[in-house]
Formats: sequence, C-alpha cells, structure tokens
Amino acid sequence: MEADAKPMKLGGRLCCVCNQRRAALKRPKTLEQICRECFYAVFEEEIHQVILENKLFKPGERIAIGASGGKDSTVLAYVLSELNRRHNYGLDLFLLSVDEGITGYRDDSLETVKRNELQYGLPLKIVSYKDLYGWTMDEIVKMIGLKNNCTFCGVFRRQALDRGAALLKVDKVATGHNADDIAETVLLNILRGDIARLSRCTSIITGEDGPIPRCKPFKYTYEKEIFMITLGCQSLNELSTYAYFKKLDYFSTECIYSPNAYRGFAREFIKDLERIRPRAILDIIKSGEDFRIATSTKMPEQGTCERCGYISSQKWCKACVLLEGLNRGLPKLGIGRNQGLNSDAKKDIKKDDRTKSIESKQCGSLEF
Amino acid sequence: MACNSSTCNSSGCYKEYEEEEQHKSKTRAEVKGSNIRQNLCVKCKSSEPVCCGIGGEDSRFCKDCFKNNLYGKFKQAVTYNAMITPPDKVLVAFSGGPSSRVLLQFVHEMQYRAQKNYDASKDKSLPVFGVGVAFIDESSTNSFASQQIEKAIEDIRSIVSNLAPPSKELFVVPIESIFSSDGIDCKERLKKLLDALGDVTGKEDLLIHLRMLSLQKIASENGYTRVVLGSCTSRIACHVISATVKGQGYSLSADIQFVDSRWEIPVVLPLRDCPAQELNTLCSLDGLKIVETPNGPFSGINGLVSSFVKVLQEENLSRECTIVRTAGKLTPFHFNRIPEIQDSNVPSATRRHHRRHGLKSNGSLSSESFCAICNSPLKKSNSSSSLTNESPQPSNRFVAACSSCQFQILPKDPSLMEQFLPLLPHPMITRAKHGDRGNVSSLREQIQDFLLSDGDDEI
Repeated sequence: MEADAKPMKLGGRLCCVCNQRRAALKRPKTLEQICRECFYAVFEEEIHQVILENKLFKPGERIAIGASGGKDSTVLAYVLSELNRRHNYGLDLFLLSVDEGITGYRDDSLETVKRNELQYGLPLKIVSYKDLYGWTMDEIVKMIGLKNNCTFCGVFRRQALDRGAALLKVDKVATGHNADDIAETVLLNILRGDIARLSRCTSIITGEDGPIPRCKPFKYTYEKEIFMITLGCQSLNELSTYAYFKKLDYFSTECIYSPNAYRGFAREFIKDLERIRPRAILDIIKSGEDFRIATSTKMPEQGTCERCGYISSQKWCKACVLLEGLNRGLPKLGIGRNQGLNSDAKKDIKKDDRTKSIESKQCGSLEF
Repeated sequence: MACNSSTCNSSGCYKEYEEEEQHKSKTRAEVKGSNIRQNLCVKCKSSEPVCCGIGGEDSRFCKDCFKNNLYGKFKQAVTYNAMITPPDKVLVAFSGGPSSRVLLQFVHEMQYRAQKNYDASKDKSLPVFGVGVAFIDESSTNSFASQQIEKAIEDIRSIVSNLAPPSKELFVVPIESIFSSDGIDCKERLKKLLDALGDVTGKEDLLIHLRMLSLQKIASENGYTRVVLGSCTSRIACHVISATVKGQGYSLSADIQFVDSRWEIPVVLPLRDCPAQELNTLCSLDGLKIVETPNGPFSGINGLVSSFVKVLQEENLSRECTIVRTAGKLTPFHFNRIPEIQDSNVPSATRRHHRRHGLKSNGSLSSESFCAICNSPLKKSNSSSSLTNESPQPSNRFVAACSSCQFQILPKDPSLMEQFLPLLPHPMITRAKHGDRGNVSSLREQIQDFLLSDGDDEI
C-alpha cells in the first residue's frame, strides 16, 4: 500500500523517537514520523504493555496461537515468541491451524504456517474440517452455494479451534484479531442489532467461563502497522540489520469464498475513517468498551451440546445443527434467525431418542 | 439538531420498521400483491393507496392512513413520555427541512385539537399548551448570499403565520447571539472561535452545540418549558454511528432518548421513530413547503458517516431503524425523562395526567459530571484501557471535557488553550469552571509541567 511510497517523501526528517536516525515512515496509528528501528521497537513494546496490563498470560501457561498463515497470525507468532524470549514470559507456545479444506486458499496458506513452524521452532497442530466434521469447505460450498457459506465456516472454525486447543492441552488461545477487526465487529453488531455481542466483542479475553479462553494481543494494533511490519521485512532484506524479518513471510489472499458485501461496507468505511482520522479505530473500540449495557441484558445460558458435548446455549450446538442440515441434505436448516432449526432438531432428537437410545433417554422430553 | 434535508433524504421508500429480514418482507410483498391488484389501502381497505416512491412496497397505505400512522407515532411518543402537557409552552426548533416541517405541523395539529377540546369543555381545567417556533440563523458561519437567507427567513415567516390559530410566536435568532450578553461584537467572536479549530468535524460539532445553546437561551428567556427537536430516525442513526466513531460510546445513550433533561429546558425528540423517507413523503403528499437553508452537507467524519448510513439504508430499508433500536437498548441516564413536577401550583388535573401515565421518578439520581463543550456525561475515570494506546493529552486535563471534544475541539497546545477558553460562550465557560477538575492554580501548574516536555514533540 502507501507504506513503501511514503518513506521516499519523508527523506531528511529525523525520527521523533530517537531523534538520530532519518524517519523512514509515518506511523499509521499516530502519524508520527519514525525510523524503522524505532517503529519495530515501539510496535513490540506496545504489545508487551497490552499483555502486561491486561494480564493476558501467566508464567508456565501453554498458549496456542491461532495461525492461519495470514499476516496477522504470522506477525503474532513472531512477536509472541520474541517477547516470550525477551521478557521471560515463561510460556509454552504452539501454532494451531484449522484446515477448512479450501483448495487454492487454505492449502497454500498452510504451507506458510508450516514454514513458520520451522522458523520459530513452534510445534504446529493442524485440525481439519474433514476430520472433525467429514466435510471440507469445498464440499460444503458445492452443496449450498456461495450464499451463507461463511456461516458454516465461522461456526465450524470456532469449534475446530477449541478442539485443536483441547488436543494440545493449552490454557489459552491467542488470535491475531487486530484493532481494525474489532472496530469492524463493533459497527457490525450495531448495524445488526446484536446488543449481547456488542457488549462482549471488545473484551480482550473472551470465553473465560468456557473450556479454553481466547485472547487478542493485537486488540489495539492497527492492521496497517502489521502490514508494514511484514512489508518492511521483505524490502528490508538488503538494507537492514533486522535479519529475522526477512523470514517473515505470510500468505496474502482473500478467502475465495468470501465476497461478503455487507462486511465489506463496514471495512471500507473504517478505512475511509482511518484516512481522515487515524484514531477513529481506537475511538470505536473505546466506544465499544464504554457502551452502557445493562448487565441484566439477557445472555443465553450456557450448557453443553447433547450431541457432541461442546458448549452450547441450545440443545444442540450450532455446529451440530449445521452439520445435521448438511448430512440430511437440508443445508438451509441452520441459517437465518428462525429458531425453527433448533426446535426442528429438538423434535428430531426426541424421535431419535425414542427409537435409538432408550438407555440414555434424556428427560428432554419433559422440557416444555 | 433539526434535520437537514441534505443528510436524511436517502432514496427508497418508506416501510414499516419492525421487519428486518428480507425474506420476510418478500412474503409480505406477496401477501400485499393481492391488495395492490385490487388497488386498496392495506389498512382501511377502502381508499386507493398513494404511490409515493419507487417499488411496490410503497403503495400500501392510502394518504389518510399513511398520515395517521405517522401522526400516531408522534402522538404516542409525546403522550407516553409526557413530552407536552397542558401547562407547557413548547419551543419548536425549526430548520425548514422536512423533519422539522412535519414536526411543526404535528405540534400545530396537536395544539389545534387541544384548543378544540378546551373550547368544548365545561370546567376548562386543562389549559392548552403554548407553541413557539425558533429558527437559528447560521448564515454568519458560512458564505452564502444574504438574499438567500433573507428569502428563507421570509418563507419561514409565512409558514408560521399561515398556521391556523392559536398563533405561534416566531424567533429568528442569529447563532452568534449566544455571545450577546458579553457586550462585544458577536460575529467577530464567533468567527474567532471557529477559526481556532483545526478539525473540520470539530467545527461542525461545535456549531451543533452552539445551536443547542441558542435554542436553550431563547426558550429560557421567553418562558418556554420544552424544546422540541425534529430529529428523525435517519438523523439519529447517523448520530449513533458518528458518536461511536468519535469514542462517545458512554454518553451516546443520553442523546438518543425521547427526553433529555440535562439541559435547563428539557429537550424532547418526538420524531425519533419516524424515518426521513416517511417525513419526506408526508411533506410531498400534504404539500408542506420545505425551506432551503444554506446549511451545506456535512464533511469530515460526519459526512463519511451519513454516506455510509445512506448506503446501508439503500441495501436494507430498515437498517436505520435497526441502528436506532440497537442504541435504544443501551441504558439511558437518570436525566432521560421529564423531571417530576413538585410545584404545588400545578393544576391537579395536570398532576393526575402525569400519574395516569406512570411518570414517576425512580430516585436513582447519580451525580454525573458533564463535558464543558458538548454537555455529555463523563465516564468516571477508568484508566485501564486507554493507557497504552492513546497519546496522552495532559494539556487539556484542566478542562472537564470528553475525549472527543478534547481531540477535535480544544486546542492541544496549552498556550493556545488559554486564548481559546475565553472565546467560548458563557454556558460552556460556566460548565468548564464547575467541572470537578482543577482550579486556576492547578491549571497553571499543569501548563508548566507540560511546556517543559513540549519541545520534544515538535517535529
């Protein structure tokens, strides 16, 4: 993007942090002119401070880094292993990838993750939709088309990450969601009227009541800066002493199945905002944190899925419902807000219960 | 905050706002299909529906049913929230745009009906509320031809004087008159104040705050008990998004309620549930004259937000309603209702009226402090989240202001700040002084502290 064009224009100015070297870029977050070395230092230090202030990790914890092979998770894997070493966090880090089974997208990006495994010396675990659910995304899209396929992918991935994390026996999963992502989610939740999600989408740690909490060390990190890190690293090869950066390769293609217009509007809007007021992204996150949402706002009660044992507010977890739809050839089952799907499934369960498993008969039939 | 036509006229058609899902509206359209074929209004099933837009969804109500539906929303908002009660004197903020034009019409109709009831009643126990109209002339802040604004004011005079009795007082007040009590050149002062702002969005927002102060001043000086704004759903949806973008998430819920009595004269928003398209439609159906005022379209953040909301609204016709509904679920503040009448002079009929509508105070008055500039409630200091990532702005710590106003309105440089503060109109200065933080001496100290380190920041 503009990242490589800008440094040219700025020639001559001194870095506002060290006041010694020539400023090489304008920090997207603050518009400060800064030299490369200071930029990397500030970038890493900010993340370190976020980790400390929010007590994201405890010494001795096993942490899985959700690694997609994209720029965010690649930089996250790099920064976390670096900070872990430098500041003695005492963490056992792992890479955890989900293979959705998207030919030409995920298979390529997984190659990147595999390289990262070697570069950072972090053990990698890959869980695939095919193994967990018996369906690849390619097969799902073949069945349901390009509409709503992101619902399947999102629901399945969330659960797949948890399952992978359980296999690795980690205490927490760190994901590469950046400030832009979170700002976008705040807006989308306003646009679709989801007050419950609006209240928790800005939390830096989520799912603390669930089996494996998630955290977002990049909550306040701008996408552009992450991008600059990866970009800088590539062009730095020749001129920089920061040799480690030259190995920071990442995979950069949009998912081939996600031409999501609606999310696109919000994304575009945030980029426009950032252009005229960089702090708008942080302001949106701040708004998200400050919204006065009554704690009595009804949160769905958490239980476990009767089919697979995963956390679920309904009788069946969303993944099982969607899967049931796929397997029965009724993929529309899980889509939309009509709960018909789950009540539908409930009826099915009852039938199934009666016919199949008399010994494990649930009292669910009294549930009206 | 009266509505500008330029921001609210998203194209499309009006529709009922409950629906969200497209397939739902599709089925409804199919159901309606039969009605349309018979060419009858879906409500009264007797008159022909009016065609007032694009697409089949529009031609559902006949003119009367459409109007009654819209008036019903207004009336319900007014009565449920006790916005206007018989002894009140209400000041309608009138910009000349479609929303405030409809507002004026509705308030007028309500008053007209109240007058008829009064004339017919025997004991005359419930008086008829009074109505005034205020137009804030902002021509001094933009460079439009004076004939244009004179023509607009002429039109406004004729609109107000052509309304049936009871007659309504019209105030045409230039925005700079908020400075009039200081006995100085008001225009010059306003210009100086606005010129001190570097941020386009900050300038626009400051003007909105000044407009509210002007309305408050007119209302207060002339014995009005309510200020009525024509903020429509579309306008409020834009405010929800722009407040979010400006980091005002905490105070947002204060701004979007039907009633806002943090001001000396309570402010009410009876058109909150009416989308701009419906108001536009009514204006064209009823031939309500709209006055073009030279308020340009928004720019900066506000401009981006309104075009974003417009795109969303075109993609889904109930998007604006959904946005407002989401924000409506945020917890309001204690001042978001009409303060209880304690005065024993109030006629018992009025008090009965209040009781009937269950307007009781819940007594949960918390001591809120307010931003000196925008009067939004300030969040009790919570330093956890913003520490690492917002560049500290110690220069402004001595003015109790929200982070948004600190960023886009107050100058960053403490020496500029000293020049800037006296330019503000009286109510803002008073609020700044009453702010719980800082007296003059600590102000000086903090400036000193800051000046020492200031040199490093310059590039």
